[in-house]
Order: sequence, then C-alpha cells, then structure tokens
Amino acid sequence: MNQSHPDILRIIEKARSDGWVLEPDAKQLFALAGFAVPRFALARTAEEARRFAHEIGYPVVAKVVSPRILHKSEVQGVVVGIGDEGRLMEVFERLRGLEGFFGVLVEEMLLGGIELILGAKIDVQFGPMILLGMGGTGVEIYRDVALRMAPLLEKDAMSMIGGLKAHRLLEGYRGAEPVDKGKLTETLLAFSSLVMELEGRIESIDINPLLCSAGRCVVADARIML
Amino acid sequence: MDLKPLFEPRTMAVFGVSSSNYRHPANEIFTKNLLRYPVKVYGVNPRGGTMNGQLIHRSVSEIPEPIDLAVIAVRADFVPDVLSECIRAKVRSATVISGGFKETGRQDLQDRIVAIAKEASFPFVGPNCLGIYVPSHVDTFFLPGERMVKPVIGNVSFVSQSGGILVDHLIKFASEGVGLAKAVSIGNKALLGELELLDYLAQDPATRVIAFYIEGFGPNEGRAFVQSAGRCGKPVIVLKSGKSPGGSRAVSSHTASLAGDYASFSAALSQYGIVEAANELELVSFCESLSIYQKPIEGRVGIVTVSGGHGAMAIDACTARGITVPELPEEARESLRKGLSPSVRDIATLTNPIDLTGSGIDDDFVATAETLFAMEEIDCVLALLLPYIPGITADLGAKLSNVAARSGKPLVAYVPHVEKYTMLIEGFELNGAPVSPSIEGAVLMVEALRRNRP
Repeated sequence: MNQSHPDILRIIEKARSDGWVLEPDAKQLFALAGFAVPRFALARTAEEARRFAHEIGYPVVAKVVSPRILHKSEVQGVVVGIGDEGRLMEVFERLRGLEGFFGVLVEEMLLGGIELILGAKIDVQFGPMILLGMGGTGVEIYRDVALRMAPLLEKDAMSMIGGLKAHRLLEGYRGAEPVDKGKLTETLLAFSSLVMELEGRIESIDINPLLCSAGRCVVADARIML
Repeated sequence: MDLKPLFEPRTMAVFGVSSSNYRHPANEIFTKNLLRYPVKVYGVNPRGGTMNGQLIHRSVSEIPEPIDLAVIAVRADFVPDVLSECIRAKVRSATVISGGFKETGRQDLQDRIVAIAKEASFPFVGPNCLGIYVPSHVDTFFLPGERMVKPVIGNVSFVSQSGGILVDHLIKFASEGVGLAKAVSIGNKALLGELELLDYLAQDPATRVIAFYIEGFGPNEGRAFVQSAGRCGKPVIVLKSGKSPGGSRAVSSHTASLAGDYASFSAALSQYGIVEAANELELVSFCESLSIYQKPIEGRVGIVTVSGGHGAMAIDACTARGITVPELPEEARESLRKGLSPSVRDIATLTNPIDLTGSGIDDDFVATAETLFAMEEIDCVLALLLPYIPGITADLGAKLSNVAARSGKPLVAYVPHVEKYTMLIEGFELNGAPVSPSIEGAVLMVEALRRNRP
C-alpha cells in the first residue's frame, strides 16, 4: 500500500473538483490499495468497449460513467449479463444518451457470492467510522448494518460480521457455499487502515456491493465522496 | 488543570450576593452553604453590605484567606472581569452560573472567558449551569435547599449538560436508593466538558460509577471521550438526547445515511464498553446495579418467584434483551425439591423460572437461591418477590442478600415499592442487593451487568 500511496492521493486530488471519485478511478484506487476488483476498462467509444469485452470474454457488465450520475441504477445505468457484441453495442448507444456521459465501464461479470456493503464515513464527533452490512440497492431499506469506530481491531471486525442479522446467510444458509470469513475480516481490516490514511481527504466511501463468496471478497462497485 | 478545588473546596466565594435584591440566585447559594455545609463561604459584591449577619466583601482580594472555589452568578458582561479578578487573587477554580453566553448568541463573550481561563490554567465549569453538588460538602445550585430532593451519599457521580435533567435524576436516585458521590451540571461546557470530568472522576476514589447526560460532542470530542471511558476501569453510563436526525441535510452516500450522528454515537459507545441508557428508567436502573456490582456477567439468569405471571413477564423482558434463562438440569431440580417445605414441594414448578407458588416461605426462597447460585449455568439470580404472599417475612431481603454475598454472584430483586414493604426492600439494599420497583427495571439491572465491559 505504501508504494502506491502517491497514486492513491493523485486519484483523490484529481477528483476533488467533481466532489467525488468516479467508479473507474475508485476501482483503480482500491486495486492500488491491494483490494480485489473485477477486471474492468473504461471505454470512451463503442470500439473500445467491443475490444475490451472481446478480451475478457462475455458475459460482461456495462455501467455508465458520468460525474453527474451518482446513483447509476436509478437511471438504468447498470446493465448486467450482456452476452454478446450486438447487445453491448445496443447498451452503449443507450448509455451514451445519459446526462454527463463520459464513457462506459466494461467489466467482467462476477457470478455468485453475497452482496455486502462496506462503507466509511468521517463523523464530526467520532472521526472515521466503518460500516458493514447487507448490500445491494436495498441497503437503506433493510438497514442490516454494523458500525464501529476505526481503526478496527480483529475482534471488532469479527463482531461486526457476527452482529449482522443476516449473518447466517454468510455461513452457507440452506446449502449455499459459506462466505470466506477470514477473507472478509482481512478486507475489513485493510479497509479500516486505508480509511485511517485518507481520513482528512474524504467524506464517505461506499463499496456496494462488496461481493463475497467462498474464495474472495471483490470490490464490485465503489464510490468515494470527497 | 486541577479540578479538586471545584469538588472539595474548603473555602468558597459567592459573587453577586446582594443585600438589596433578596431574590438574587447568589443569595441562595451563599445562604445554603453558610448554614448547611462545612465549606467556609464568603459573599462578594462591589457594593458591600451584609448578608445573614456576614460581611459582604467588596472584592475577592479583601477576603482574609485563600479561596478554593468562586461561584460566579453576576451578569454575563461582568463575568470576564470577575474571572480576571479571581485569577489575580489566586482563587483556584470557579463555577460560572450566569447565562447569556453562547446559548444566547454571545459566542464572543464565551470565547473571552475561555481565553482568560486558559491563559492562567484556571478551571471553571459552565457558564449557564447549576454547577456542583457534593453531598455534605458543597452545593452551588441556586435552588432553595428545601425544594431539592437529595439522594443518600453513595458512589455514583453524574455529569449533565442540562441542570434540569440533573436535578430530576437526583429525585429519581433518592426514590430508588441510588447513592450519589458528585453531581455536576456543565451547561455550555466552554472549558470543562465531559472528557475532563470523566478523567477527574475516573481518579476520584469516592466515585465507582460515572453517569452522563449528553446532548452532543464537539468535533472529535466523542472519539476522545469513548477512548478515555473505555480505559478508565469504571462503569460509564450515558443517556443521550437529540437522537433524531436534524434537518434534511442531503446525504449522498448509503454509508453517510446509515451511519447518521446518533447511529455513530451509539456504535462508538458500545464498541468501548460504555453502557448506553435509552431512557431515564434505564439510566437509573443501570446506575443502581452498577453501583453495587462491577463484575461483568454473560447474562444467564435464574429466576425465582411466587407467581407464574411474573416469571413469564421476566422471561419476555430477558429474551428481548438477549439475556438467557437456562433450563435446570434434572438432578438440580430433584435435589432442590427435597429441600423445599412439605407444603410447597409438590406444587412448586421447578423449571426456570422457579415458581414457589403462594405457599412459599422464606426458607424455600433461601433453598432455591442457594441451588441457583451454586449452578455453573447461572451467573445471576433474579428474585421477583410479592410481599403480600403470607409466607414471606420482612427478613427475606437480608436473608437472600446474604446467600448472594456468599456465592459472589449478583442478585437483583423486584419488590413493589410502597411504604409498607420498605423493611423488605431495605433488607436487600442495606445488604448490597439492588431492588427495582418493576420487573422491567429488575431485568435492566441484569442487562447493565451484561453490557458493562470496563
């Protein structure tokens, strides 16, 4: 992490005028900090999208990249399960019409796993706080979250995981594969250290979803508010 | 800064005492300390005069001995000068009762008194507060003595941003038998806030439990507070108000929305083993039980009662809070049955809760408590006592408390709080077992022991 630090700070400072770090840059940042991210590329043109999709193989996910669109799914800006080139071109065309269009993020489609949210917020009274919860678009409806003051100790990370109402889902509910809790704990601790380093530069972070399965925890989408 | 002169002053000067305006709050403070407390008190007013036959001094420097505590109840505009005068005269601390600072838009005036005090490392509480009450020692509240309800002397210290909430809780402490060590109303907490008082009370040998009423912290103060509280080794209890989100500030991330001000507050408290009280009932119950028991428990409760309904209500209250009520093993039940009186043996229900029925007598309770306390599976006993049952005597409180004391495990009792049951209640309390006037409150007392992680 230390070596990549200057690049991480560069990404953040470059985004300061927008007020938030766009998804491709946020993913880049997490990759630099040692987190697992899906293979992705930012395509400014349909041709670039086609080339990258071909390289990683279908199916792929396409997401709009725009400094004006904070909640992509609210404008149908996320399309999953794109199976072929024809469909990709169709989606690209539509996304191009969205407000503030900058490009399309084309990325590998991750299969399986449980969607968690891993977040951070710099609280006025308590400083950096870390949040773990059941993720996806319904996070603010389920509100199944655990919250702790950073920096986290390993026991904090473990009690956060165990404290979720849905924690049985992580343990392989009804024959599903259990989530790798060691990996998840590691991810929480690494995230906590990253947040402590960025404390003075950010306002909040959403990694939603953090896609967790038996073998990995992947930052499938991320947003950093400055 | 040394806060000791605030709480243990030998000498005190009350500014603003007035021989012409008999309703001046300083007069009450002067008079009650003069007549009822060991602290040596002097009145100060530039106009001089006399009060209760005592000379009012024209300035603090005229007082013939060094002053530990100045009580300042003059108009806000005069406070900076009075503070400077105190510092020049080598007064050691002050409580600024006067209002008219930040709370009325005079941040500038507040900043001035803070600057004056900081430069001289001069500790003061307030402004806009009631100040300090230490039973049998000093009382800077301007409330007439006969209007206050005073708890017995004990080991709970209470720090409150609001004077009204503080005085109200003294009433509740008094009626529930919670003993008080020190009470402080910190008002605008311009210089001394929760953190400084926590640090002082953590070192105070008279204080075993530290309770707070908090409206909010300044930037990063919450972080320092929970870290300090987590380290302090004494139970810390917090009642928070202002939990609903203020205004409709647009929140741009899910995390910022889910981790709102109160959610963060509450999470940080529990992370550091601080016991958050949701309301006044919880606060008083937590204070009472933690003032007696400090050792944390897991919360595996054995319940003894004479009424199936009380047992059922207690189970519900326990379950809702994650306290377990373990099954009793067959052998334990059989040996207990043999120890019960003949009229109870065949009708008692010996599952947990144990229902000794309306035929139960003192000896049955004692035998049951001994069985429960001896069990590995049980780390706390809850006795739900209905003194209108004919077989219960007024001695049962003392008897059960002694069984508990021998076992080293906590006992919590429920007894309806009316005058005629006082002897039973005191039997518990004077022998070191807390008693609640409600089943819910008794379960809260157990809950406090489970949540406290000093």
